[in-house]
Amino acid sequence: MNKHMLATLLAAAIGTAGLIGAVRAEQPDDGLVNESAAAMKGKKVAFVPIAMGFDLTEAWAAGLKHDAESLGYNLTIRDPNWSVDAGAQAFSQLISEQPDVIVVHPPEIQAYTRLIQQANAQGIPVITMNLKADANGDVFIGANWYDIAVKQTEAIVKSCGAGSGKSGKIAVMQGVLTNPTSQYGIQAIEATLKQHPEVQIVSNQAADWDASKAHAIAVTVLKANPDLCGFIGMWDNMDVGIAAAIKEAGKTGQVALVSSGGGNQASACDNVANGNFSTYISYDAKGQARDLMMAVRSILQNKPAEPGAKAYALYTPLKTITKDSNYPGACWNLDDVKKYGP
Amino acid sequence: MRSSAAFVFTQERIVIVITLALFVLFSATLSNFLTAGNILALIQNVSILGILGVAMALAIIGRGIDLSVVATMAVSVAWVLQLSNNGVPIDLAILMGLGLALSIGLANGFLVAYIEIPAIFATLAMGTVAYGFVRSLLLDDNLIYLKGASDTWFEWIGSGQVLGVPNAVLLFGLVALVAHVILRITVAGRFLYAMGDNPVAARSTGVPIRPLILLQYVTSAAIAFIAGVIAATSVDSVETRIARSNLVYDIILVVVIGGVGLSGGKGSIRNVIVGTLMIGVLVNGMTIMNVPYTLQNIIKSLILLGAIIVDSIMNPRDEQTSQQGDI
Repeated sequence: MNKHMLATLLAAAIGTAGLIGAVRAEQPDDGLVNESAAAMKGKKVAFVPIAMGFDLTEAWAAGLKHDAESLGYNLTIRDPNWSVDAGAQAFSQLISEQPDVIVVHPPEIQAYTRLIQQANAQGIPVITMNLKADANGDVFIGANWYDIAVKQTEAIVKSCGAGSGKSGKIAVMQGVLTNPTSQYGIQAIEATLKQHPEVQIVSNQAADWDASKAHAIAVTVLKANPDLCGFIGMWDNMDVGIAAAIKEAGKTGQVALVSSGGGNQASACDNVANGNFSTYISYDAKGQARDLMMAVRSILQNKPAEPGAKAYALYTPLKTITKDSNYPGACWNLDDVKKYGP
Repeated sequence: MRSSAAFVFTQERIVIVITLALFVLFSATLSNFLTAGNILALIQNVSILGILGVAMALAIIGRGIDLSVVATMAVSVAWVLQLSNNGVPIDLAILMGLGLALSIGLANGFLVAYIEIPAIFATLAMGTVAYGFVRSLLLDDNLIYLKGASDTWFEWIGSGQVLGVPNAVLLFGLVALVAHVILRITVAGRFLYAMGDNPVAARSTGVPIRPLILLQYVTSAAIAFIAGVIAATSVDSVETRIARSNLVYDIILVVVIGGVGLSGGKGSIRNVIVGTLMIGVLVNGMTIMNVPYTLQNIIKSLILLGAIIVDSIMNPRDEQTSQQGDI
């Protein structure tokens, strides 16, 4: 590249930057816009997911990246790739780096409890995502697992309970037993079924969120209970294994499968459309991403006087998706969220 | 030395006895256990484990081990699904995925045979490298759905059946049979035993050790690919996270519990089948009884531990037999 070209490029770059500056500067101060922008610019936001590379965390991260770019805050993502130890390590490392807000996605109820308290004690606000930890931090954004399981159970009661003419036998597929999804979910299922004694749990197993394990268990359960009426699954990515077992047994449509998850197109709406899932409770991770963006904006502008002292919850509005309510736009697509923001 | 006159309780026979005892117990107590459908389901549920066990047995008999089988299986087949979802014809995608699996096997073999890294380290590292490399450069997501080739012959591989027998069961039988024939009849198979028994002696009698090691890991990678195709087409998806699970220990377990010696040169495919069936019967019975998950794990480990203890009492170690662990 010769000097002349370089000079031209440089001039062009300066010109463009000047133009942008001019456009920005034109916005009149409405009394809040400059102040709020200044409060967020240059701040440090950190995110510790359970792992990147799956729909929920990718959608949330896409939201934060979008805001980091447009509002000018710094975003750090530490990916422990499903390791609880590595996650705890990343979290405590972040505490010493003193960011302005830490977003965590706890893998278990207990795992991060002390660290959340520690961060709060050091004056760092903490937002917990989707899986409730024992310590509240400042904001919880996510699904109410008890409520999801109540809705799932109600759906299965509709298919298998009194008046359905079915056996009333159902099976429950849990994920990892120490996970809040399972812990609160199973309580909700049992409590709801107390009002419906005609519906009985004949199998209650755990498959470690693994579709192959869920498939193996479902194959056995379907053989051992030929009159089984339905399954309650606890995560779409695992429940496709149950769906495959039902399909193999030639019972798609006869055996109900009620699933739940973050509501992305491939995992949720496609599986409802093709009959794999009879009912799906979505906690709309795209909506959660938007909630997270707003919670971070709120904390950056208005830092709690004493982090951790007064927590509040933004429980995700749930969507029930069945063949009848599977409208275009009921689900979201990760590529689009990454490209255009939540 | 085994005496031919008296009935000797080898580890394999102990496991057979335990399996039969469980089988009789479940048949007598569980009304839905002894049905043709359930027995087929039982084998179907452990067929992936069994096929991977065959791959592992080949590595172990040749005095090696392949800790990368699960990673090889997951990433190569995940890539097949992703390629086909992106519009690549499924047969071409399969060839590319198989090529990927074979190159991982080749790299394993090269590291063990020519760089002379102990198999346990070479394959452990290779599993992580393969997972990291493919996940970050070739795959968009941890979980890849089977979309592009759904409702084709490809999907039928793991989800279909022939005359009421699930394909997974038939393919497990086929892979085991081919591996058995190779081990018993072909020159390469006999050489593998010779190499596993005593590599130095095998080498000085003219066995081409290094190419044989290469072949050994390429074969185990190819078998892992077959297992992956069956697993993926039976649940219409691949979760690559399985590469980081405990599955590889379960595979070593069914191989060793069935009686394949970790020191190499001993055992056969029959041992793998026996070990696999025991796990299958146990897990199936406990699932029908709806035994809680945590308790299932405890019972499973206790029975396996019991089998090993009985074996140590029946077949005490002496100087000749105690040279295990030299892997």
